[in-house]
Amino acid sequence: MEFNVTLLGQAITFAILVWFTMKFVWPPLTNMMEERAKRIADGLAAAERGKQDLEAAEKRVADELRKAKQQAMEIITAAEKRASQIVDEAKDNASTEGARIVADAKGQIDQEVMRAKEALREQVAQLAVIGAEKILRKEIDAAKHADLLSSIKAEF
Amino acid sequence: MASNAIEYINHHLTFWNSDPSPARGFWSLHVDTFSVSLFLAFVFAGVFAMVARRASLENPGKLQLFVESIIELVDTQVKEIFHAKSKVIAPLALTIFCWIFLMNAMDMLPVDLLPNLAQWIGHTFFGLEPHHIYFRSVPSADVNATFAMSLSVFLCIIGFSIKAKGLGGWGKELLTAPFHTHNPIGAIILAPLNFIFQLVELAAKPISLSLRLFGNLYAGELIFILIALLPWGAQWILGAPWAIFHILIITLQAFVFMMLTIVYLSLAVEAH
Repeated sequence: MEFNVTLLGQAITFAILVWFTMKFVWPPLTNMMEERAKRIADGLAAAERGKQDLEAAEKRVADELRKAKQQAMEIITAAEKRASQIVDEAKDNASTEGARIVADAKGQIDQEVMRAKEALREQVAQLAVIGAEKILRKEIDAAKHADLLSSIKAEF
Repeated sequence: MASNAIEYINHHLTFWNSDPSPARGFWSLHVDTFSVSLFLAFVFAGVFAMVARRASLENPGKLQLFVESIIELVDTQVKEIFHAKSKVIAPLALTIFCWIFLMNAMDMLPVDLLPNLAQWIGHTFFGLEPHHIYFRSVPSADVNATFAMSLSVFLCIIGFSIKAKGLGGWGKELLTAPFHTHNPIGAIILAPLNFIFQLVELAAKPISLSLRLFGNLYAGELIFILIALLPWGAQWILGAPWAIFHILIITLQAFVFMMLTIVYLSLAVEAH
């Protein structure tokens, strides 16, 4: 154990070496390592964000698809409803039209019947007049009356 | 043989002193310790500064990854132990770890390699007497080297204490801890006792730091020297296990020195 100026020399070397490390070794290397760690963290975060974006997009696609299907279903049911409505309306129209035609025909038939009755009544009146004239022209003969009466009957 | 062995060991344990006279005083230099540690300082600074300059964010090479793993190790320890903010402590810890490791690693060279090389160079080129050329290759087996670092750390401890607590706060702590009382008379009685405790505690830190490192490396070196005294065919039987075990020791001692430095500095900034 011999202490001498070597101690001072070593201490000076040590001090310079620490200063050198502090100035030229530690900061650049640690900064670089921190930057790398940060970059890796950023990359991982970006990947995570991308994954989330993808998930959201997939969810939106599924939503849109579901909505479209629903809309299509709604449109189809509306169309079916409309179609049955149209058919119903057509049926209604047809039945009212038929009823109207039948009612018209009935009216015409009634008129015809009335007209025929009128004509018959006129003819009956004429025949009665003619019969009366014939009766009045000839005497009343039972035998002849019978003929007459039967002819009147036939006229009816 | 016995006198030869003692001579061999003594020769290996003698420093290359700038002043060869036995009456040398403080102003003499261990040229071997100083030059080897300076060379290793350049190795450390050169490699790390080169890596720092060429550091690639995206495509780090193997050397860069190695350097980064060391920095990561030091940074983790510093962040775990030292909670205050300081720009000095992490580079300080890194320097201590790497420099001490490199100095310790000189022990892994064959014990005769550098001394014999020095003798050959001295004899061949400078015409010196080979027996008077000494070279110790492990700087951390020199108390000057270990105390230089531990006393620097000691100065850092004092500096950190004053910076964190102020001169008055630190002085007050020296007088009022570890024994504390609210009674003013008791406080006056306890003050010198506390002061003595604190001084012992403070002084123990650099002494234990440096002597631990010195003792381990000195002992390691000595055992390598003793192994070198064995017949050459038998040296590997002890030499190989000791060298393998020594890999652990040189790393561990560098790590322990660094860890204790961080712990002491964190104690210095934290209030008792």
